[in-house]
Amino acid sequence: MKTDSFDVLVIGGGPAGLCACAELSRCGIKVLLVDEGPVLGGQLVKQTHKFFGSREHYAGVRGIEIPDKLQEEIDEKLITVYSSSTVVGIYPPNNNVLIYRDQKKVEEHSFKYIIIATGASENMILFENNDLPGIYGAGAVQTLMNQYGIIPGKNMLMVGAGNIGLIVSYQLLQAGCRVKKLIEAAPSIGGYLVHASKIIRMGIPVQTSTTILKAIGTEKVEGAITVKLDENWNQIEGTEEEIEVDTICLSVGLAPSYKLAVHAGCKQIFIRELGGMIPWRNSSQETSVNGIYIAGDACGVEEASSAMIEGRLAGLNIAKCMKRLSEKACNEKIDDNLISLDKLRSGPFGERIVEGIRKLEGKSYE
Amino acid sequence: MDRIKNHPILDFEKNEKITISFEGREIECFRGETIVSALSVAGITTLRENVKTHRPQGLFCAIGKCSSCLMEVNGVPNVRTCIVLVEDGMTVRRQNGKGVLHED
Ligand SMILES: Cc1cc2nc3c(=O)[nH]c(=O)nc-3n(C[C@H](O)[C@H](O)[C@H](O)COP(=O)(O)OP(=O)(O)OC[C@H]3O[C@@H](n4cnc5c(N)ncnc54)[C@H](O)[C@@H]3O)c2cc1C
Ligand code: FES
Repeated sequence: MKTDSFDVLVIGGGPAGLCACAELSRCGIKVLLVDEGPVLGGQLVKQTHKFFGSREHYAGVRGIEIPDKLQEEIDEKLITVYSSSTVVGIYPPNNNVLIYRDQKKVEEHSFKYIIIATGASENMILFENNDLPGIYGAGAVQTLMNQYGIIPGKNMLMVGAGNIGLIVSYQLLQAGCRVKKLIEAAPSIGGYLVHASKIIRMGIPVQTSTTILKAIGTEKVEGAITVKLDENWNQIEGTEEEIEVDTICLSVGLAPSYKLAVHAGCKQIFIRELGGMIPWRNSSQETSVNGIYIAGDACGVEEASSAMIEGRLAGLNIAKCMKRLSEKACNEKIDDNLISLDKLRSGPFGERIVEGIRKLEGKSYE
Repeated sequence: MDRIKNHPILDFEKNEKITISFEGREIECFRGETIVSALSVAGITTLRENVKTHRPQGLFCAIGKCSSCLMEVNGVPNVRTCIVLVEDGMTVRRQNGKGVLHED
């Protein structure tokens, strides 16, 4: 096993992980950052749209520009980055960690403190042939077109009219793909009106109370059959419609990626408002396992700005434990971040999250 | 799938051209892109066969989370080709079943 000179391991270099690194390095703490993607930034690297949210958290800035800004906050001398590398296991009580370095060889390290900032993964829904090649998650579609410059399909059916479905539909048009139809199972569009009106103006037909019944094709997608739903979400017979498409994009929500926390023995809790099963954590972002912290989408699907604050909170709380900053200075910074987080969640779209956090706080594993 | 030629916001700089082999067929691609990205442009959408149902499987998440894109790369099975970058001369094969690990 390697004897390491790192104080903290941060797993995941999205907005949560990068902000954790920024706070840690500001306190003079040496960090190892491991990310399995080829570049840092997590989901931000493919988000070409200008961010919503508050100005102090980069609203109005394009997602793709944020990772560089965050990296400027990090002291290069204090951070070591392993990109294209995956953390595959955490073994308490000494927090031994297995890292699949460069997707080629396994290394073993040990850390007193770990921050899990592994993000979320996309949901799948049930319909016939849902495993056919040509059915992609919305994140995959974004990765292909915005990160690698590939048009993911010629004619697409978009499933799901939340913010992600709306934004990705617009981005598809920018890339030169035709979105033939956008369907949504709920009776109304879930995302912001600004995004919805933009794509309706661009001529994409939007059908609510409609779901996908079947993908057509044997080797890959050649079409789809949609069906209307009644007010009880039951399929209405005779409303099936066939549509000719070569790609189907599912934008039906995300679920926290917290496998590593489970592996480490962190207690879990089911909170629908935060994305389903999540590892329990306290307001310092610490899980039920000593020294293991969690931040961002990995502990509740929310948004980039809240992921950033949670990452900062995790970093600051570790700095406090390590006594690298006076307790007073630490507490002040922690309070500032907690206030920002409350402010972020105070709008109508934050109600669900606030309810989820309330349930989380009602339980203790300390 | 085609490459984007004009984009209102993004500029896609092309790196050095390299070649990988897929099932013995030579595929031209660019350094810096993933194996799946190179295969997609070449029109290859079936990446492996489902272990149980033997149905064709393609890309789904593109960020290493779902295992839908596992392939055999340079003789090593179960490589997540959506997060591994192409290297000149790489050999890529469709994976049928769970794959065999060769000792070396
Ligand atoms: C289409 C779309 C539009 C969005 N628009 C907005 C918006 O306008 N405003 C906003 O605030 N938010 C927006 N979001 C949400 C925002 O992108 C996410 O909430 C945010 O990226 C979460 O940050 P994170 O750091 O928790 O996770 P991520 O950004 O997902 O980063 C996780 C990182 O962890 C790495 N990782 C995972 N597992 C491992 C492992 N085992 N080992 C090593 N590395 C690992 C991954 O490679 C990844 O880089 C949008 C999301 C999408 C998909
Ligand atoms: S497509 Fe999901 S892991 Fe590669």
